[in-house]
Order: sequence, then structure tokens, then C-alpha cells
Amino acid sequence: MSAELRVYARGNVRSRVGFFFTLVFPIILILLFGAIFSSGGVGQTKVYVQNLDGGPTGAIFLAELNSTSHNCSSTYASGLCLSLVPANQNFTLYLTSHSATDGIVIPAGFSQAYIGKLPLNISVYGDPASTTSAVVSGIARSFVNAFDSYGVNGVAKIGVASLTPVASYKYIDFLIPGLIGFSALTSPMFAMVNIVSTYRKDKVFKLLSLTPLTKTEWLLSKIIWYIGTTALSFLLMSAVGIYAFGAHIAFSWGILIFVLVGPFFFVSLGMLVGTVSNSPESAAVVGNLVTFPMMFLSGTFFPVSGMPDYLQTVAHVLPLYYMIDGLNNVMIYGNYGPALFDGALLLALAVVVFALAVRFFRWRED
Amino acid sequence: MPAITVDGLVKNYGQLRAVDGISFSVEEGEVFSLLGPNGAGKTTTIEILEGLRQADGGKTTVLETDPWRHGYDLHKRVGVIPQGFKFLDYPTPKEAIRYYAALFEKKVDPDEMLRRVILEDAANIWFQNLSGGQKQKLGMALSLVNDPELIFLDEPTTGLDPQARRAVWEVIRKLKSEGRTVMLTTHYLEEAEELADRVAIMNHGKIVAMGTTDQIETKYGSGQKMMVKAGDDLLKFLKENTKLNAESGGNGVVVVHLRDKDDAMVALGAIEESGAQWGDLTVKKDSLEDVFLRLVGPEGKQAEGGD
Repeated sequence: MSAELRVYARGNVRSRVGFFFTLVFPIILILLFGAIFSSGGVGQTKVYVQNLDGGPTGAIFLAELNSTSHNCSSTYASGLCLSLVPANQNFTLYLTSHSATDGIVIPAGFSQAYIGKLPLNISVYGDPASTTSAVVSGIARSFVNAFDSYGVNGVAKIGVASLTPVASYKYIDFLIPGLIGFSALTSPMFAMVNIVSTYRKDKVFKLLSLTPLTKTEWLLSKIIWYIGTTALSFLLMSAVGIYAFGAHIAFSWGILIFVLVGPFFFVSLGMLVGTVSNSPESAAVVGNLVTFPMMFLSGTFFPVSGMPDYLQTVAHVLPLYYMIDGLNNVMIYGNYGPALFDGALLLALAVVVFALAVRFFRWRED
Repeated sequence: MPAITVDGLVKNYGQLRAVDGISFSVEEGEVFSLLGPNGAGKTTTIEILEGLRQADGGKTTVLETDPWRHGYDLHKRVGVIPQGFKFLDYPTPKEAIRYYAALFEKKVDPDEMLRRVILEDAANIWFQNLSGGQKQKLGMALSLVNDPELIFLDEPTTGLDPQARRAVWEVIRKLKSEGRTVMLTTHYLEEAEELADRVAIMNHGKIVAMGTTDQIETKYGSGQKMMVKAGDDLLKFLKENTKLNAESGGNGVVVVHLRDKDDAMVALGAIEESGAQWGDLTVKKDSLEDVFLRLVGPEGKQAEGGD
């Protein structure tokens, strides 16, 4: 198997096209998308607001706050926009799940404290290092001051708590796991679909069947190669993301799960698609039909949470979604429970697809 | 013990009977050639013997094993060049030999292997940049990596120029001189005549002639012929004055079929006696090509491609 791995690796390095799409293309994408979407200072600053106060003052405060901003659904508007968070939601988790940092919480008992002139703080959430968080914090502070002095005749009782730090997630933070998934999907899928169909046409499999190499060993050598390229791609993309765009990546063992299981699944899937296709042409069509929806709907370039509901439903049946979601959980949020679920699901799928690929793939003919 | 035995071999592709109950055996150290036009069943037969296809009927043994059931073990003992040999694009011949040697867990000297197939000049050229002849030679080198007792060569020189073809022949002669058994399919009659100890001619899935080329020419040929460039007056004289079997061969040639040496003497005397103008007298017997054309029809000779 090591001989098969060596000869395939050498071929991949010499075939500049394969090398380009495996390692260079994802870097180009990261530079391109990173440059486009990480410019900052342009567009809306979305501020999430949660009103935990059941009384009238909280409602008035929120209405005043709302009147100074615009609706977030206004696509072309720039500046501050408010998005209301339901009172029953965990505010921090809500921010995380919406890839957001900035928020204001009107605490419970706000009305009573205001009327009773008791001291109480508005909570402001944000990234201390972020300029937008500083702006939001400043706005909240001045707003509270104005509200305070108007309502209680200059006796400031309502204040603003010091900024509650929220980890800042930038587009690039989501782009890196997405593109690692992209790389783990496209390189093995396109290569395997092409190899399986052309090797069969050129009778290379017949030739290999006349050696002691088994088809399982042959497939495993491809899996090992693509695990290696995915790992290398991960390191390169992380380096570019960190040094070019200041991406935040939590390096941990959890990443390894997806670097191992992702290529295992997609090499097996590519093999299966190539095996069940009659010709190189039909293999290419079937391969594209399988690959392209996954490429764009699994959260590769944009978070799935930002897509319409029906597309989110579609995303949840795509295996790449679980790889990218798992990588997001590990690399961004540090949520290992959901990541383990994603990894286990992908592994189970990989085992099934690997078994099917080995079952249906034949060196010899009846 | 023969290296190969085939008894009543049958293979069907749907309604088409590609191989129709053929039987033959190949002795150890023999070069045996399956000759036949496109679609005769040669490649199907050789692929069944290689363990690449399952037979529908009959019994085959290769080196005393069932090639389909015990292919994995058999492949360690045989060498194969499939028809239209192709390989991975990027290994050089030297790397390809190392790769194959690693698969077979054999220690070989790649330079020595390349010398054996006269390919040392192209040792470091990527496979995709090799010429057709060089690719075939690499195929031969790979088939020898595991030091096989028996080598299957399926149309090893198809599409090669005459020079490359003769270089491949030279390698096959070397294999024979080393005592290896060679099973060769070809549709080049000259190739079979040059290399094979015995030949089996296949047509429509059946063996229509088998033996040494001499035996086939004698058995299926029309004997020796005397050919004389002369006019119809000589033909008329021979028919009227002798019991010779004479006919027109076209283009002003009279053909006399000779049954024995006496016929030859009678013919020479009659030609002299006739007083007719004549020239270019030659005596020849049917070649393998003549026999082949007679057995499989003229369309078989130019047939190209696989079967």
C-alpha cells in the first residue's frame, strides 16, 4: 500500500492541475473572500437588544433606542441597526449562534429601579478589541446618561455596566473551516471520480488486479493521501487566515477528527460515484451533481444560519454541512459536544460509503 | 505437465458466444500464439486464462491452478501485458518498475530490467511522454518484475512501427531462451511465424487450425505450386497434353499445383516441349497467410482492434 501511496503522491505533485486545486486554489479563495468581506467599516453595525424588563420604562427605553437607529432588514443602510432578541433566549448563546458580538440587555427590574431611583446597570456586550463594540458601548452610555438625567432630575441612578466581553467572530473565522471543508470535498471527489472512470477505461485497474495489491489497499492509500493534503491545506489556510486577516482559530485535537473523517468520507464517495457511472463523461456529470450543491449549501462560503429556512433544511441533509459545522464548533466556539455529534455522524456515513464503494468496485469482470 | 490446459472453454456475452468450446494446451517453455481476426475470441480466451474473466463453461488450469478462483496466487507467478497497455501518466519507467517490485515485494534492479527490454535510454521519461514502442517495452518490463514462469502478451505489438515491433520480438525471443512459457495473441501472421512454436487460429470463437506453422501450412495449404509467367497457349498445352492440375493465376501467370516431385519434372518437360514463350518460373507452397485467408476469409487479414 505504501508503494501505491508513493506513486499516487508523486503523480499528484507532478500533475500541476491536481496540485493547484488541492492546495493553491483554496488559498486563492481565502485571499479573495477574505479581502472582499473582511474590509470592515462598511455596511451595518448590527446590535442585538434584549429587554428583560416587564415594566413600562424598559419598553420606553427600547423605543427611544429604536428611534435612533434603522431596521436591519434595510439592505443598503449603513450605521447602527437594532435586532430584538426574545426574552426567553440565552443572550450570549444567541449572539454566538448569529456570529455576532455587539448587544445591549435591559435588565429585569429596570422599571422598578428607575421609578424607585435605585441603582441599576444596563449590560453591554461586545469585543473589547473591536471598534464597533466601543461605538456601541459609547452610544449606550450616552443614551443612558440622557435617559437618566431626563427621568430623575439629574440624579444618575441608571448606569452602564463595564463591557461584557464577547468573543469576536469575523467572516474570515467562518471562512477558514468552510474552505477546509471545501478542500476536503472537492479535491478527493473530482480526483476519485475521474480516476475511477478513466482507470477503468484505460484498463489500469485490470493491470493492478494482476498484482498483489487489493482494492481495499488501493482505496486506503487514496484516503491517506487526501488526509495528508487536507491537513496541509488546513495548515496553509490557517496560516494565511491568521497572518493576512487576523483570523481567530482555536487549535485543538477536535480538528483532527474532521481532517481524518472528512477525506475518508469524500474519497469513498468519489470512488462510489465513479464506480456506478458507466463512462468518464457520465461520472463527471454525476460527480458535479453531488459536489456542487454541497459546495455552496453547506456553509462553505457563508454561514448556513444566514440562509433561508428551506435552504437550511437542505443543508442539513448534506454530509459536508456536518464537516463544516463540526469544524466551526471546534475551531470557533469550542463546543465539543455538537462537534462530536457531527464527527460521529460523518464517520458513520464514511464507513457505510466506504463499504459500498469496496462492495461495488470491481477489479475484474464476470 | 502443461503450463496451460483448456478443455471445452465457453464464454458468452449475452446472446453472443465469444468462445465456443475450444480446447488446447501449452507446454512449459513453449511460445504459443493465438491468431485470429478481430472478434475471434482471442482476448476473451487470454483474459479467462489470466483470471480476469470468469468462464461460462469448460475447464481451464494455468500453472495447475484455477485462474478465476485462485487468481491472487496465480498472479504472483505470471506476467501479463493487457491489450493496449496503458499506465499511470507520471511515473518514469524506472519508478514504475520500483513501484511494481514493491507491490510484489521483490528486489529488482530497475536498470537491469530496463536493459532487458532495451529501454534504458528512456529510464527517466514520464510514461505519458514515451512513444508507443517504449510504452509496450515498459509493459514487458513490468510483466517480468515478479520473475514469472508464464507470460501472457495480448497483441503486444499492435500499432507499433516495424522497428519497435522487431525490438519487442527480440525481447520475446529472450524470454523463450530463458525457458519461460509465453502465450501470445496477435493478428500479425508474420509475428506468429517469427515467434511461435505452435499456433492456434481462432475464428468466431472456435479454433479452426492448430499446430506448428509447417504443420498448418501442410495440412490446410494446397501444397506446392509452380508459377510461370506465360500466355494462355501454355495453359492450353498443359491441359491437353498432361494430367497436371493447371489453372490461370491471372496477370499472365499459369499456376501448376504439384502433388509430388514427378509432377514438377513433368511440368518442366511440358513447358519446354510446348514451345510457348515463358519466364519467371518459381515454385512455392502456401504460406501461413494463404492458409489463414483460406480459413477465416479475406476480411480477417486486415482486422484491427481488440476482441
